[in-house]
Amino acid sequence: MTSKPLSDVHMQVMWNRLISVVEEQAITLIRTAFSTSVRESGDLSAGVFNRGGQMIAQAVTGTPGHVNAMAEAVGHFINDIGRDNIFEGDVYITNDPWKGTGHLLDITMVTPSFRGGQLVGFFACTAHVVDVGGRGFGPDANEVYEEGIFIPIMKFVERGTVNRDLVNILRNNVREADQVVGDIFSLAACNETGHRRLQDMMDEFGLADLEELGEFVFKRSYDATLERIAALPKGSYDNVMRVDGYGSPVDIAVRIDVADDHILADFDGTSGPSPLGINVPMIYSKAYACYGLKCALAPEIPNNHGSLLPFLFEAPEDCILNAQRPAPVAVRHVLGHFIPDAVLGAVHKLVPGKVPAEGAGALWNLHVSARPRQDEHCPADGGQRAEVLLFNSGGAGARQGLDGLSATAFPSGVHSMSIEATEHVGPVIFWRKELRDGSGGAGRQRGGLGQVVEIQATEGHEFTFNAMFDRIDHPARGRDGGEDGQPGAVLLDDGTRLASKGRQHVPHDRRLVLQLPGGGGYGPRTERDPELAARDKAFGYVTED
Amino acid sequence: MTKDKQQVRLGADIGGTFTDVALEVGAEMFSAKVLTNYTAPEQGIVDGIALALDKAGLGFGDIDTVIHGTTLATNALIERRGAHTALITTKGFRDVIEMRTENRFEQYDLDIVLPAPLVPRNERFVLDERIDAGGKVLKAIDAAELDALVDSILAGGFESVAIGLIHSYVNGAHERQIREALLAKAPELSVSISSEVSPQMREFQRFNTVCANAYVKPLMESYLRRLVGKLQGEGADCPVFMIHSGGGIISVDAAIEHPVRLLESGPAGGAIFAAHVARRYGIDRVLSYDMGGTTAKICLIDGAVPKTAKTFEVARTYRFKKGSGMPISIPVIEMVEIGAGGGSIASIDSMRQIRVGPHSAGSEPGPACYGRGGDRPTVTDADLVLGKLDPDGFAGGKMQLDVAACDGAMTTHLGDPLGSDAATAAFGLCEVVDENMSNAARMHAVENGKELGEYTMIAFGGAAPLHAGRLCEKLGINELLVPPGAGVGSAIGFLRAPFGFESVRSAYVKLSAFDHAAVNATLAELRDEAVSFVRSGAPDAEPVLECTAYMRYAGQGWEVPVNVEVRDYAAADEAVFRKGFETVYEDLFGRLIDKLDIEIVSWSLRASSEATPAPAVEVAQPERDAPRDTTRRIFDARSSEYLDAAVVARADLAVGTRVRGPAAIIEDETTTIITAAQDVTMQADGCLLIRSCA
Repeated sequence: MTSKPLSDVHMQVMWNRLISVVEEQAITLIRTAFSTSVRESGDLSAGVFNRGGQMIAQAVTGTPGHVNAMAEAVGHFINDIGRDNIFEGDVYITNDPWKGTGHLLDITMVTPSFRGGQLVGFFACTAHVVDVGGRGFGPDANEVYEEGIFIPIMKFVERGTVNRDLVNILRNNVREADQVVGDIFSLAACNETGHRRLQDMMDEFGLADLEELGEFVFKRSYDATLERIAALPKGSYDNVMRVDGYGSPVDIAVRIDVADDHILADFDGTSGPSPLGINVPMIYSKAYACYGLKCALAPEIPNNHGSLLPFLFEAPEDCILNAQRPAPVAVRHVLGHFIPDAVLGAVHKLVPGKVPAEGAGALWNLHVSARPRQDEHCPADGGQRAEVLLFNSGGAGARQGLDGLSATAFPSGVHSMSIEATEHVGPVIFWRKELRDGSGGAGRQRGGLGQVVEIQATEGHEFTFNAMFDRIDHPARGRDGGEDGQPGAVLLDDGTRLASKGRQHVPHDRRLVLQLPGGGGYGPRTERDPELAARDKAFGYVTED
Repeated sequence: MTKDKQQVRLGADIGGTFTDVALEVGAEMFSAKVLTNYTAPEQGIVDGIALALDKAGLGFGDIDTVIHGTTLATNALIERRGAHTALITTKGFRDVIEMRTENRFEQYDLDIVLPAPLVPRNERFVLDERIDAGGKVLKAIDAAELDALVDSILAGGFESVAIGLIHSYVNGAHERQIREALLAKAPELSVSISSEVSPQMREFQRFNTVCANAYVKPLMESYLRRLVGKLQGEGADCPVFMIHSGGGIISVDAAIEHPVRLLESGPAGGAIFAAHVARRYGIDRVLSYDMGGTTAKICLIDGAVPKTAKTFEVARTYRFKKGSGMPISIPVIEMVEIGAGGGSIASIDSMRQIRVGPHSAGSEPGPACYGRGGDRPTVTDADLVLGKLDPDGFAGGKMQLDVAACDGAMTTHLGDPLGSDAATAAFGLCEVVDENMSNAARMHAVENGKELGEYTMIAFGGAAPLHAGRLCEKLGINELLVPPGAGVGSAIGFLRAPFGFESVRSAYVKLSAFDHAAVNATLAELRDEAVSFVRSGAPDAEPVLECTAYMRYAGQGWEVPVNVEVRDYAAADEAVFRKGFETVYEDLFGRLIDKLDIEIVSWSLRASSEATPAPAVEVAQPERDAPRDTTRRIFDARSSEYLDAAVVARADLAVGTRVRGPAAIIEDETTTIITAAQDVTMQADGCLLIRSCA
């Protein structure tokens, strides 16, 4: 029973079990959440931590944006609550963008886990809620104060008693109070699920605490990560990628320093902050940078304190990827989603041939507010008001041996919604949602195609929408001689060009036309396999001869 | 026909490797297993039937009924061996089946490949028409455009045509109009329309389902007609029925029309088999566990009814991962399938952890211990090292297992890299695969709001009895049944299935604007369709009707199934639906949400003939202990050491005889392992009842 190999087997089984526990935690949340982005895109995370607040396991969900945020979260909670103030039956809460996951719409909750009166660890989870008040989900605020209610790290439940004052304040500051408060209770319940499963597991394996298991997980993960890093050529590799931003272009500059025992990604040279809500708190920048590095260098090593330890990040305080309070940050995902492409550009110099060309990057999230017309054309039954949220993806970059994925999200892990289901939610009609011919960058491997979406209000209605689109002025670049993908465009069906960011109106008799960007190609187009070129032509993937 | 007035019924299951036949003559069961014949599957069945008839001393003319299930449709989808198929869809939506969910099924792999659509882009045609979410026609079909479309389809030389239009589940008029236009010019053309094959909301799933139907239809039609002819040629002029994915029986003609309903019919038979055992024992909550050579399948069976779903995924291309296959929206017995079977291969990852599956050594070369050239350690090899299998007693002693090859594979690929001996490596391998299976079961239970601690496990399939005991320990399950005939469980399950059909339809109803007339109309439509399918197989049946409304709070994306009565509803019955929903919701999530509207998204109605009788079995309590004359060393996972385990032949166990664990109950097809913390008692119907001795 006590031989080393035998105890290693037990450790591995318990490690697997812990991952299963946090996956269960995440599923519990997905099943009960109201928020569209939790249900449809898995915009949530869940994790288990040891007594010291170090993350032992994290669920793999639809968003890489929570990777490091989750890992650091519990440390902030322990600091701000104070170790002496942690009791059995407590639950803590925050939506602090700088200590949570980058914007007020994500609520993080942490629950200490006790066994026999002793603190053994923590459970944490995060979910994107429907509303936090303020201006709503859009880029137009100038300060975080305009973006909604800010909940500093505090107790939501103390020794089993819910903080009713906080619930009352929340109810009076958000638009969909029942759903938001409902989601907060779901978050608490999901930590409770994790706690109960952990107790079962500790019973089964006769564990008093998680410390030894945590050390095993950290050591194995850290060693495996270091082994990967050790195999890399030492040195510094850099890349700059320019994207549209809001009003003025943004440069994402990154330098990767590979040392024996760590990799540092430094964002020195990146553009300064924006006056509008596309700024990114450092915690979110780190998460996407780390995701980019891990995808390329150590994809199969699970996220935990040990595997994340060798990845270090720096950014100047006055840059858009390290925005300081009170900068507006509501749509921090737009730039966040570009960080992996920027990082992968540097990784390509480090290990050529392993990473894709640039892709569409940021999702084209479309938030539509549909209203009945306020004139004699208003429908007889008064019509319908509705908020409709839709995720759309452009083309991904070509890989060294494979074409890019068409209309597929990267780095985000979202699912698109069904058009038929969406037309039941609000008074809108989609006339078109299909691949955008000719939008993938040419190359030996072709970039993924973007898509075209055409949407109109139903009879008697009109709508406004919050634009948060990018790669209209700065397309995805090809790699190694591959050509750029087509840039995107935001139009009305009469050809009128609209702005890529901010709130805009679409008249009742017009369709909004979104042309999503394509991914970059890989290698010279002259080297393309003639059979693939012929297929592309037959299928209409390409429009030229 | 009937032998001494006893019914002679035959179940035949074509699986990926084996074709199983179960022949029931009165209360007696005769079975046969032959290799699946890929070029002429119907020949494989006939060979299997001949073997079973021979054992029973009967001829083809004695058979009263044949019930058949097959993976042929599934294989055609996986191997892309279907018909040359065209898709006709709404203009603007040509790429729905190619764009899928715009999602990567594996977050950290930069090189994933999405499954290619069943119908390539240049064979997808569009028509400028549109129906809105309420079923109203926004754009009518232009006759000239339709004519031209029909001409190009005919010019394309397609064997089969799928039609899938936006919102056709509300109003299928346009789909029918196109079909009529096609058939007017080509009466023999095979045409499938989505409003009949799968009238459910969500265009990707529905379009893909109708494409799959069209894709396998010519192939399945030709196979089924050949089979019926072949059986008649052999002298069996009895009716032939098909088992469908939802676990009911339909006529061959109905199956030919909707072959997509035959997907996963084999596994469905396994779940019915387990449900029948559950019914005999009066067990309310059952976890069925089927483990073969390549995968393990798990199904929840509450109230003796296997859990069903309205949609599932076939042909997963990436480690059985969700999202890597193609969605099919039809009623189906819901199962979790993971890459864990006897042949699953183990390896070491970068964190020096053992990983098992999903790659399988299959039957060729098979596990290292088969001595057919396999040199990678598999689950079966680990079972041998740990003493769970007897090298001299495998397959009733007909096959000698190669212990040296097995030890070699275990040591080279696991033991040496981990610095451990073969036994510890094998223990690690087994623990990992058992943990994978129990995690999958636990996750499935969580997704359905269930606690497995209250469940009884029923295990079948060649490898399941070797692992079921340990799985129960991991899941906190205290009772386990291993029925006899577990090797051909699916084929036996076919014989237990009712004539039944489940119709599904999306039809939005908000309770705040409850339209009882619309609800009644939907229910009537569903009832007529389901009943007519049942009557196609059982003309005199008075089917039992069960209806489920899929409901949610407005704004949620996940519906909960609410059982509702099939009757005429009045306006005031909004309250009935509300109460039904709230009861289920609170049960699942522990709380209700005030002030939110509730909506019904879709409906399913199942019509079935009376279930086949399941004579009650009185649980036999242990009366005596079997002698422990023969023992061998078997590794016990919980105690982490080899213990002396009793070895008892299943055939030698009398009813009420108990064997205390650790023990191995041996039979030709498999071995049932009783852990040190369990005992087993033989039951009157031949089941082994294993209980944990707390």
